[in-house]
Amino acid sequence: MIEQLDELYREVILDHFKHSTHSGELPNAQIKVEGANPLCGDELTFFLRVDGGRIRQVRFLGKGCAISQAAASMLAGHLEGKTLEETRRLADAMKALMRGEAIDDSVDLGDLEALTGVRKFPVRVKCAALSWNIVEQGLNDYEGPARSSTHA
Amino acid sequence: MLDPQRIRDDFPILSRRVHGKPLVYLDNAATTQKPRQVIDALTRYYTTSNANIHRGIHTLAEEATAAYEAVREQTARFLHAPSARGIVFTRNATEAINLLAHAWGRAHVRRGDQILLSTMEHHSNLIPWQLLAKATGAELAFIDVTDEGRLRIDQLDRLLTPRTKVVALAHVSNVLGTINPVEEIAQRAHERGALVIIDAAQSAPHMPVDVQRLGCDALVFSAHKMLGPTGVGVLWAREVVLESMEPFLGGGEMISTVELRSATWNEIPWKFEAGTPNIADVIAFGEALAYLTRLGLDAVHAHEQRLSVYAIERLRQLEGVTLYGPTTGPRGGVVSFNLQGLHPHDVGTALDAEGVAIRAGHHCAKPLMRRLGVAATARASFYIYNTLEEVDWLVEALQATQAFFNKPVRVHD
Repeated sequence: MIEQLDELYREVILDHFKHSTHSGELPNAQIKVEGANPLCGDELTFFLRVDGGRIRQVRFLGKGCAISQAAASMLAGHLEGKTLEETRRLADAMKALMRGEAIDDSVDLGDLEALTGVRKFPVRVKCAALSWNIVEQGLNDYEGPARSSTHA
Repeated sequence: MLDPQRIRDDFPILSRRVHGKPLVYLDNAATTQKPRQVIDALTRYYTTSNANIHRGIHTLAEEATAAYEAVREQTARFLHAPSARGIVFTRNATEAINLLAHAWGRAHVRRGDQILLSTMEHHSNLIPWQLLAKATGAELAFIDVTDEGRLRIDQLDRLLTPRTKVVALAHVSNVLGTINPVEEIAQRAHERGALVIIDAAQSAPHMPVDVQRLGCDALVFSAHKMLGPTGVGVLWAREVVLESMEPFLGGGEMISTVELRSATWNEIPWKFEAGTPNIADVIAFGEALAYLTRLGLDAVHAHEQRLSVYAIERLRQLEGVTLYGPTTGPRGGVVSFNLQGLHPHDVGTALDAEGVAIRAGHHCAKPLMRRLGVAATARASFYIYNTLEEVDWLVEALQATQAFFNKPVRVHD
């Protein structure tokens, strides 16, 4: 059991699941966006404080499986300091990775790289993907449809 | 008493391995595995008798028609129904409920009428009634469940009114394993003049079901949850109920005479079987019914009761386990639980790595999940081929799961 599960639930994932440093709310967030996986009940709300085209602070609230909650925690930490454009590129890169495609080397994945183990567990990909799908939705809402259409 | 070891020999899939471990299949409430007899019947039909039924004049068509109609008779006997004219084959239990909600509901339910369900219903016995309520202006009412997961029968006096047109209830809960007192409810509903529909998807496969004794007006279930192939559902209804309904689907087979602008309907039950039915799977389902009848449904129920009582006893001894549903008295072979601090999907993934297949999620019963105050549960569900040793494996795998997720991890910066 252990070898196989270690690949999915890497230590850094379990760590984020148990000790997230970014859970909570941001009352002054410019972007507040929520989403869910209706089939399994994972729920997440992201709060992003945006200033000068850069994400300054991220918090999230949620409940669900270890993968969905750890992915949210990792993404939240990773996004702080990123521009909105970099955030979109990161979301695109994560989606490509989940499809098993090669990605642009210039994208810094940080801890998020640990989530690639989920590819071997196809039913769990959506748990990991929920976070960046929600954040992407948040950017679309914030920047408007004209801007988001160029990234469709 | 059943001998699961001997039964297992009839199920080829049970000898396969999953992630290098012997398969422990505990997801029987979702669908059961199929015995060789059923698989062979499918092959035999396509190899020797395949033909369209009810219209050919040739030998193959006659054989196929006879075999298909024989299963209708067999299904009627299985349910202790007075006649095979009350048996309609559908795609599954869901379609059977939709048929009733549409064909009976549109004809008999009006604005202001009430449709009485319970909060433990599977979505298949909820959504069709929501659609009917929306279309007619009728209202939905619900029998609540107790914290232990039993129906609040004490609410019946208040909930059953002269406006109650139909009562549709699960016989056995697919989440809690609760066996509902449908006999008593049917009697009281009939005193108010309501139609009584029973969702037997989790009872017909597991215990004796006698539609006359239950006193219901209609009852539905799915073949694939009782050793049969997917794609076959059964609707039984009293003939007078079927006669009172317009067709559900139109097409070939369900007609008597057809003009360009009008048609008359075939007799029941064929009036409700438009188009070429799932002939092969219905015929193979006959083997499933024969298999279960040979074992005896009382013995099947006793076996599952033994497994679920044992599972509950062992799970209770584990730390950090919450059980849902009745823990005393007769129950179905469905055990729902959660491990403290863990989402059932993580539990499901960890158990799968040990070769143990369970279901994790809301089990198509979201309102019940809300009533229980959880987003989801893990669910083990048993059938004739499961053993006490497999329950032990489940428990060991759960302990390994707890150990895996509770191990200390380095705190990140």
